[in-house]
Amino acid sequence: MTAQAPTAPRTQTQEAPPERSAKTFRWGRFVRQLILFALACLFLMPVYALLVTALKDPAHVDVVKMWGLPDGLSLDSFKTVWPQLLPGFRNSLILTVPASLISSLLGAMNGFVLAKWRFPGADIVFPIILFGMFIPYQAIIIPMFQVLKDVGLWGGLDGLILVHIIYGLPITTLIFRSYFSGLPDELIDAAQVDGAGMLRTFFFIALPIAPPAFAVSMIWQFTSAWNDFLFGLILTRTEYWPITVALNNIAGGQTVPFNQAMASALLASIPTLLVYALLGRFFMRGLMAGALK
Amino acid sequence: MRSRTRRSIGKWLPGLILVAPSLIVLGIFVYGFIGWNARYSFTDWKGLTPSDTFVGLDNYRELFADETFRNDSRNLIIFTLVFMLGSLLLGLFMALLLDKGVWGEGFLRSVFLFPMAISFIATGIIWRWLLNSDSGESTTGINKLFDVVGLDFLHSEWHKSDSIFAVASIALPAGWALSGYVMALFLAGLRGIPEELREAARVDGAGELRVYWHVVRPLLLPVLMSAVVILAHISLKTFDLIYAIDPGGPRTETPALYMWLTSFRGGFFARGASIATMLFVAIALVVVPYIWYSMRQERR
Repeated sequence: MTAQAPTAPRTQTQEAPPERSAKTFRWGRFVRQLILFALACLFLMPVYALLVTALKDPAHVDVVKMWGLPDGLSLDSFKTVWPQLLPGFRNSLILTVPASLISSLLGAMNGFVLAKWRFPGADIVFPIILFGMFIPYQAIIIPMFQVLKDVGLWGGLDGLILVHIIYGLPITTLIFRSYFSGLPDELIDAAQVDGAGMLRTFFFIALPIAPPAFAVSMIWQFTSAWNDFLFGLILTRTEYWPITVALNNIAGGQTVPFNQAMASALLASIPTLLVYALLGRFFMRGLMAGALK
Repeated sequence: MRSRTRRSIGKWLPGLILVAPSLIVLGIFVYGFIGWNARYSFTDWKGLTPSDTFVGLDNYRELFADETFRNDSRNLIIFTLVFMLGSLLLGLFMALLLDKGVWGEGFLRSVFLFPMAISFIATGIIWRWLLNSDSGESTTGINKLFDVVGLDFLHSEWHKSDSIFAVASIALPAGWALSGYVMALFLAGLRGIPEELREAARVDGAGELRVYWHVVRPLLLPVLMSAVVILAHISLKTFDLIYAIDPGGPRTETPALYMWLTSFRGGFFARGASIATMLFVAIALVVVPYIWYSMRQERR
């Protein structure tokens, strides 16, 4: 990890500061520990409720005992909702993979140019790109809806993929620009002295050392495309609903049994939770990149 | 002279060509569409086909006079304040506790942050159930939990109550989702402060509280600013969380929801476009100075 993105959080690097009095140290630490674990329990409370409800035998779901542990474990709720969720799940997978890949690749190109192959005005162009990250999608959704209808891309996944690629560009550009800015200029200069042009420098010098930035960018894009609701709701036909829209339609009704609603919510969250559990570091760096400096 | 210019153009032009596709798409899909949306907001477009009849500021005038829009804007202000203050305070609190080093820090950080990975729709579905306010036999969720631990006087109507607390209760799931993120931002900020600075202040005789106030606080200001901007822009545009918890009621509706209901349910696209434009202006007022400031800091 010689070239870490400058936006990466610096955690786990420093020891706790030494305290002078051993006695106050222990007490303070104990109280802090206690408060933090109590807070952790509060944060996990919805998860507990979700798990005990979704895992109960549907016949025994009883509001009176909703916070109690199930008598026996049953996967029936999951079995009931999975067939309904499956199309949405599939759509979201088909959607998120190319959306993350293409957006990241374009972001890598932009980031490389803006960090290491600058053109006059690059300093103005970058904030103009960046602003796209913060715009409320409500402010572009009507023209988007209109344009996709006019060009025949409304309703299917191809239009939605395009939308996610485009609105992913600001953050992927930011991630790669930060990453490439952290690389020494000598690396690029050396390649140029050897006669490499921009494309060669990009493909043979910059890209091979960029996997960490790719991981951050892909994970960020995967998560935001998977969790998107507004675009999916407005731009797709029923059979191409992404998982969030499908989830809301299955579990959002007032008459849906709680155990089924909980099971659906859990199933629909598994991919992003997996990413978080397995690649938390990269997920974090994506988050931190969003906070600029 | 001439050949030098040409050579330098030859140096940067390929770069510009490489980013050109992105610049063009973003130019159209971000700035073009925002302008296009604003243009729609000056027409009388309702129904399926866009209209080119300009009505000037009529849509805006009507909105300002519209009871629903005023109610929704008030809701949004309350939601934003409660959600932002809550997440900032809780996030800062957690970061300060974690910063000094505790047992199980990795685990705690993961727990505080994981809600960030879940979609607002899933969050909303879980919390709609936790915030259920049915009484008697069918009491569920947090109210039921209060019963279990003997705090039943704390029962609340949550988002179904008739007061401003209805929309404020949506800040609970929103804070659940984002205060861990605020914690991560502050923690990174705290860890970025060199220990020598604190040590120097201690050597000068400052107590721990004074160290925090005089050394740590000023250095955390940029982090606070980032957190405020991020939370504010999320708050203003939040649609899915509220939609999943309580779709379309005057108690919890905000302009982001009203915009969708007006345009895509009601077909009043011009009107929806004017709500969207106002949301855009509100967010731009927060974000543009922030980006400008960040870029200036970077150049230094």
